[in-house]
Amino acid sequence: MLSLRNLIRSYGDRRVLDVDRLEVPTGATHALVGQSGCGKSTLLRIVMGLLPPDSGEVAIDGQPVTAAGAPHRQIKLRHRIGYVIQDGGLFPHLTAEQNVTLVARQLRWDPYRIDERLAELAALVHFPSDGLARYPLQLSGGQRQRVGLMRALMLDPPLLLMDEPLGALDPLIRARLQADLKEIFQRLGKTVLLVTHDLGEAAFLAGTISVMRDGRILQSGTLRELRDHPADPYVTEFISAHRTAWPE
Amino acid sequence: MQYLVEPGIRPGQWAWKWLLLLVVSLAGMVPARAQDGTVAVGSKAFAESWVLGEALTQIARSAGAEAKHARNLGGTDIVYAALKSGSIDVYPEYTGTIAEAILKLPGRPSLAEMRSRLAAEGLGISDSLGFNNGYALAVNPETARRLGLEKISDLAKHPELRVALTHEFLERKDGWPSLSQHYGLRMTDVRGIQHDLAYHALQNGQIDVMDVYTTDAQIAEVQPRLLEDDREFFPRYDAVLLYRLDLPARNLRAWAAMQRLVGQIEEPEMIAANAQVVLEKRPEEQAAATLLREAADLAVPPAPVASGAGAVLGHTLRHLQLVGISLAAAALVGIPLGIAAARSRLLSALILSTAGLLQTIPSLALLAFLIALLGRIGVGPALVALFLYSLLPIVRNTYVGLTTIPPNLAEAAEALGLAPATRLLRIELPMASPAIMAGLKTSAVINVGTATLAAFIGAGGLGEPILRGLQTLNDQLILQGAVPAALLALAVQGAFDLLDRMVVPRGLRLRTSGD
Repeated sequence: MLSLRNLIRSYGDRRVLDVDRLEVPTGATHALVGQSGCGKSTLLRIVMGLLPPDSGEVAIDGQPVTAAGAPHRQIKLRHRIGYVIQDGGLFPHLTAEQNVTLVARQLRWDPYRIDERLAELAALVHFPSDGLARYPLQLSGGQRQRVGLMRALMLDPPLLLMDEPLGALDPLIRARLQADLKEIFQRLGKTVLLVTHDLGEAAFLAGTISVMRDGRILQSGTLRELRDHPADPYVTEFISAHRTAWPE
Repeated sequence: MQYLVEPGIRPGQWAWKWLLLLVVSLAGMVPARAQDGTVAVGSKAFAESWVLGEALTQIARSAGAEAKHARNLGGTDIVYAALKSGSIDVYPEYTGTIAEAILKLPGRPSLAEMRSRLAAEGLGISDSLGFNNGYALAVNPETARRLGLEKISDLAKHPELRVALTHEFLERKDGWPSLSQHYGLRMTDVRGIQHDLAYHALQNGQIDVMDVYTTDAQIAEVQPRLLEDDREFFPRYDAVLLYRLDLPARNLRAWAAMQRLVGQIEEPEMIAANAQVVLEKRPEEQAAATLLREAADLAVPPAPVASGAGAVLGHTLRHLQLVGISLAAAALVGIPLGIAAARSRLLSALILSTAGLLQTIPSLALLAFLIALLGRIGVGPALVALFLYSLLPIVRNTYVGLTTIPPNLAEAAEALGLAPATRLLRIELPMASPAIMAGLKTSAVINVGTATLAAFIGAGGLGEPILRGLQTLNDQLILQGAVPAALLALAVQGAFDLLDRMVVPRGLRLRTSGD
């Protein structure tokens, strides 16, 4: 279980994050939605330990984690978290395979184990095995994102953090990847915290959603709860801003 | 599973190899300091200085001393630094230069005054060798006869004469402006001209008056009338020996032999010797032997003359050595400095501004400083200077390459839980490698050009034939240095383009997307 308590982060006078409480049960997928600059990416970076909070606590499975920990502990912690960003965040000078296996090789995994895991992941995310030797520039946007996902899953971390993972894709590829992601989440039973600005995506992939604005979580709940019992007019506004192709 | 490149994966090992190479090469190349037995003679980068330096060397040898001659110590600052540091024991100098450039004394200090000042530095000045190599005005011999011109003051009556002067003399405050005022000259046709061309123009009657140095080689050929400086405008540039005061104690025989030249060389004899080198393209070893015979009645055994056959190859190899070693050292130091600069804002300000500052030091001033600092001339200070000049492009490009890595990728590397060393070696340096390679290439190409200046401190290289060709008006010799230098620059460029393919990861060289 991932739990956040009283997280505060400011840049100068500006408070960009002020979250009292957020909990994601083990195996559940939770989505953070809101406009750009609402603080959702900052929250993710604090959980990742890339950014220290001014105050507050992040705990994974009851163990507190802070950005100020000893470097080797920090590194160990990060191996337990998979991190996926927009466009995959792949290193352009490494092939798809090298990107995925980078950390496992640092950890001196047995080569057979690496190959086995690689094949397993390629099958899981539907990535063609002949693409593994290619460089990121030789892959399509959707393929890059699948490689990014493989890289995040390589060490089989219990927690996945995803920051606008499908942001740069066109609608058809996006829909396919959404379906694949949903299947993967369900099959692997990972705890997932997903940041997106797309409410439809959030509702499709996540059981519960938090609406954020100006660094605060306005309301958390299922989409139905948000729609039927909005805690704030902004929640209603945000939900109704997402039109569907079908007239209601 | 293999990386295409793993630059610096084991930096320790590489560093050792390079360092070893550096030390071995340095040890093999640096000439030893003047030892007690050997007399080291220096000379500046022009023909008369070579001839005098060679004459001193031969005369010392004929007295049974070990003697060597370091030529082309270019610029008074450099040869003076070499003398003070003990890299050389003696070199031919001129009283006017000592007063103006070394002691910076205003007015016309006496020899005694200059001696007492230099004694404090452990240096001495001999009596005049017998000739003055100072400024004079020269007139076409026919014009001089026709108008009866003997003295500079005679020119005052002829404002119609056409005057052509070196640009330096024309512009210097103590040059033409004061001279014309001093003598009341009112010529209107006064222009600047290159020195050698002026002699041709004077000979062809295109100009009437020019400035000369009183022992110019061309005087032997053109035979102009040198006008007497009857109102003593020009300072004296009497040739003297500037020497270390410990030389007589260390090698009295050599010093006594050298002193036999004092008062023996007259202007026509020096002009003839210069003409042999500059106009007849004879080696200065021969000209010096002739000078010793004619002026001092000394017969010396003929000195061996360096032949030109393998010389181009030798100069090129030395040039490559200078460039290669200084560049390798600059890479070894510059890349870590660039990495340090990219890590800390404070360090980056310090490192980048220091490297930038080094670049602004004029090269000859830097060389003079390094000779004083290291106490030697030759390859040592040349390598250090080239190393310092090579640093900036390497440091700056490493810094830029590392700091322009997209922030999301830098963050991704951190989020993956890669150890800092792995992040640097596997992610950051490979991604910065195109910029780092560009910096190395820039340094290398600049270095090939700058290394020609090494000839000015006796370190050899392709600057040597260029310098000699310039001084002896020998285009062929200039090309012997300039053409290999240009080819070398092209070769270095080509080599780095090739190296790019080996070092820069393939994924960074792709242009097309597989979409």
